[in-house]
Amino acid sequence: MTKFWPTVAALVWKDILSELRARDIVISILAFAVLSLIIFNFALRPSPQITPIVAPGVLWVAFTFAGVLGLTRAFVLEKDQGNLVGLLLTPTSRGALYVGKMLGSLFFMLMAEVVILPVFAVLFNLSPFQPELLLIILLATIGFASIGTLFSAIAINTRSREIMLPMLFLPIVVPIIIGAVVSSGIALEGGPWSDTVKWIQLIAVFDVVVLVFSGFAFEHVLQE
Amino acid sequence: MSTSLIVKRGLFIVSAAMMLIVLYLIFIWVPTEKNLGVSQRIFYFHVPIAWVGFLAFFVVLVGSAGYLWERTSKWDQLAYSAAEIGVLFTSLMLITGIVWAKPVWGVWWTWDPRLTTSLILWLIYVAYLMLRAYSPWGDQGSRYAAVLGIAGFIDVPIVYLSIVWWRTVHPQALVGPAAASGDLDSAMYMLLLISTSMFTLLFAYLLAERFSLRKTEDEVELARGLAESLR
Repeated sequence: MTKFWPTVAALVWKDILSELRARDIVISILAFAVLSLIIFNFALRPSPQITPIVAPGVLWVAFTFAGVLGLTRAFVLEKDQGNLVGLLLTPTSRGALYVGKMLGSLFFMLMAEVVILPVFAVLFNLSPFQPELLLIILLATIGFASIGTLFSAIAINTRSREIMLPMLFLPIVVPIIIGAVVSSGIALEGGPWSDTVKWIQLIAVFDVVVLVFSGFAFEHVLQE
Repeated sequence: MSTSLIVKRGLFIVSAAMMLIVLYLIFIWVPTEKNLGVSQRIFYFHVPIAWVGFLAFFVVLVGSAGYLWERTSKWDQLAYSAAEIGVLFTSLMLITGIVWAKPVWGVWWTWDPRLTTSLILWLIYVAYLMLRAYSPWGDQGSRYAAVLGIAGFIDVPIVYLSIVWWRTVHPQALVGPAAASGDLDSAMYMLLLISTSMFTLLFAYLLAERFSLRKTEDEVELARGLAESLR
């Protein structure tokens, strides 16, 4: 058995390298999220008064749905090229595989979000570059990537995988969505830190529970 | 007659007889509630049905954990059967709640923590059934479902907590079975207990039937797989 962290690093590097060549995941997350921001603009017609009310919801719907898209891609690429079987044949632990794939997805989602955020700021005339909001986005994305990697590995082996991942993923991440929407609403309005902190704690607790559970469960999911 | 058949017959007869008695008690015997009127009688269905739904999902958790631990198909068959019954009863719970809420609260639905959590719970186990339908038969599908069966149950308390926090921002609807439980009339309380035991027996009967049917389905699928491989 090879060492844990070097294996994880190698896995993440493999994902980044293939992403650099194919530019598949980040572009699809990005394009989908920007499109949904624009569609929301037409659907809600936000006037300056209601923009602060709807903006956090719009941002998180865009992040969540685009994230689901990215998570599906992460395993479709592995599976379609027969790479997953190859990975399972190597003497790596399932734990290292999980952490590697999870960090890869996390990295791609964060990359896309870094671009989405300025677009969001321009389209909705807000200033989202506040430390609270960045922390909320980081924590929520960790939660998405942790449970999403587990469910993506499940959904990839089912028929109609495109519908299966959102069906599994969205009901489970409800606490993150609620926490993220409420706390980023407070942060965007310039509310005090003491109001956001309990939501940030909620997201952090969810992250820890989900990370530990997925780490254990992944072993049962990938056994061909 | 085999023991399992005797148990099933017994459960069927007892729950059917109790069902008749409970129907009489609910519609004729129990006094009408003063404030809510006749509509309150639906509680004697709604509350036990909700209880059976949660009980079923707890059985899914036990079956899922058992399957991942032992890898024997009986645990998986138990989990699957309970999930189906759980979705059925949770759907009935949502429907009985909705039709009661409209005349009494004036709305079909409020995003109250209890209601929202029930809806999410229902969605998670609908996803469980979809996962079973879309994933390959056998060990792989069973493992996937077991992971979701455990994840769903762990998630529900966090969902509940988040929605309670979220809703405290807004005024809360304090009407509901929980608000009235302190001053329930003794006849009403007794009927609720009888009705709950009746529905629990019904659940046991349905679970036993579904479990043996699922076992047969697994055997048929195994035989079909063998026939395919021999061809």
